Amino acid sequence: MISFERVSKRYAEGHDALREVSFDIARDELVFLTGHSGAGKSTLMRLIMLMDRATRGMVSVDGIDLARVPNRSIPAHRRDIGVVFQNHQLLFDRPVFDNVALPLIIAGYDYREIGRRVRAALDKVGLLKRERAMPVTLSGGEQQRVGIARAVVGKPKILLADEPTGNLDPALSAEIMQLFEEFNQVGVTVLIASHDLALISRLRHRIITLREGRLVTGGGL
Amino acid sequence: MNRVRAEGAVQSRARFSDRYHAWLRHHRLSAADSLQRVLDNLVSSLMTWLVIGIALALPVGLDVALDNVTELSTGWDSPSQISLFMEEGVSSEQARALAGQIRARDDVDDVLFVSREDALAEFSALSGFADVLASLEDNPLPNLLLVTPAPSADEDGTSGLRAQLAANPDVAEAVLDMEWLQRLNSLMELSRRLVMAIGALLVLGVVLILGNTIRLAIENRREEIVIVKLVGGSNPFVRRPFLYTGLWYGVGGGLSAALLVSLSLWFLSAPVADLAALYQSDFVLRGLGLMGALNLLILGGLLGLAGAWLAVSRHLAAIQPR
Repeated sequence: MISFERVSKRYAEGHDALREVSFDIARDELVFLTGHSGAGKSTLMRLIMLMDRATRGMVSVDGIDLARVPNRSIPAHRRDIGVVFQNHQLLFDRPVFDNVALPLIIAGYDYREIGRRVRAALDKVGLLKRERAMPVTLSGGEQQRVGIARAVVGKPKILLADEPTGNLDPALSAEIMQLFEEFNQVGVTVLIASHDLALISRLRHRIITLREGRLVTGGGL
Repeated sequence: MNRVRAEGAVQSRARFSDRYHAWLRHHRLSAADSLQRVLDNLVSSLMTWLVIGIALALPVGLDVALDNVTELSTGWDSPSQISLFMEEGVSSEQARALAGQIRARDDVDDVLFVSREDALAEFSALSGFADVLASLEDNPLPNLLLVTPAPSADEDGTSGLRAQLAANPDVAEAVLDMEWLQRLNSLMELSRRLVMAIGALLVLGVVLILGNTIRLAIENRREEIVIVKLVGGSNPFVRRPFLYTGLWYGVGGGLSAALLVSLSLWFLSAPVADLAALYQSDFVLRGLGLMGALNLLILGGLLGLAGAWLAVSRHLAAIQPR
């Protein structure tokens, strides 16, 4: 589903964020991505989302070589990927419902379908009763779950999460990880960047480790 | 093979109509959402509307004023008149005889004889110098013939007539009254050009003001734009609400310009009516009219869109998720 083939990324200032990274993630997998900050986790995610393009090597998603995706098709590419951010990236002047509905509005669903899907997603993350709440009135864990609902509401084939448990306590973190496992069980490819080794090593999934831009473990299937 | 193709066509047509409905839906949503935001910040929106309104009202108001002056002056445009001032020694009888001769010409419509006594009486009645004039021993005014050229006479014909009449030895001076009208007309032409130049500058100003307002709106919603782009919003999708914001500001500005012009005309209408009454004229100030007001709204809307487009094309592409 996601495949990196000898991928390098050098930023304009000469810093090598990724060096010759190769791995494959299958359709039904949940994979953790770990490493110190600055090891290249975020860069790797950015390449998958086409926020950046690889300097060398080939990144392909769902069989499509991303180098062949023109800039104008980037929005369509992003609509196929659900993303959860560490800092949630919510619209703080809109209620929970509108935040979760955003990908569906962008994709152009009609209002009834949007209502149905948003409530299903909110129900899944246990926030059905808070749909009219403003994000600032929610706790950090609840905000993160709104972000997750927004990431899955469009039924993406791929779910990316960048430090989704970064600021949460262990119990909440475990709950969030369990949510990701549930999405994976219904066929979504999940890639989670996290440095919470204690948590992710308990979960028995493949772990890809990066160090200074190089892949250390977890490359093979 | 054919069947597969046919199905493919149906499917893509369905997808096209879905996309069309989605597109329409987002336009409605953007229009309503933008209007809501404009109304939410009513005070600053009112200020924007007023700024645009004033900038548009100035040239439009001047243009309406010029239209009124033009209308007023068309009544005087033709037929023009030639005033023949007689030599001092020419008596009323001689002048009357000359009037008869001139009246007989083909290129003359009518001749009116104004005797020096009548002229003095009229002058003292209108000027308010009756006492001063009465104290004069001699009537300083000459006999006067007012010659109206035939309606078919053009400007050259009238000038030729004036020259021929001036050659008569009894005539001291022949004055073509059209000269001041020509001066007025060229003055009006100059004013119209000036109004157009001022108008062009102010229209440019409106576009820049709106561009700047939209730029600020874009800055204020920078984070939102980043998030929308992260979850797959295309550039047209991100652009749409800002274009509508520009449209609403522009239409509101056009409306306030129409109100300002109408208000000023209303403010002026009473003194203008008084003035017209003093000149025994039934002249009435003409306003913008419904079409004029509508055109102002459309103009405002177009300028709003232009300003928004300017801002959006310069600033939106630069906002990318980091």
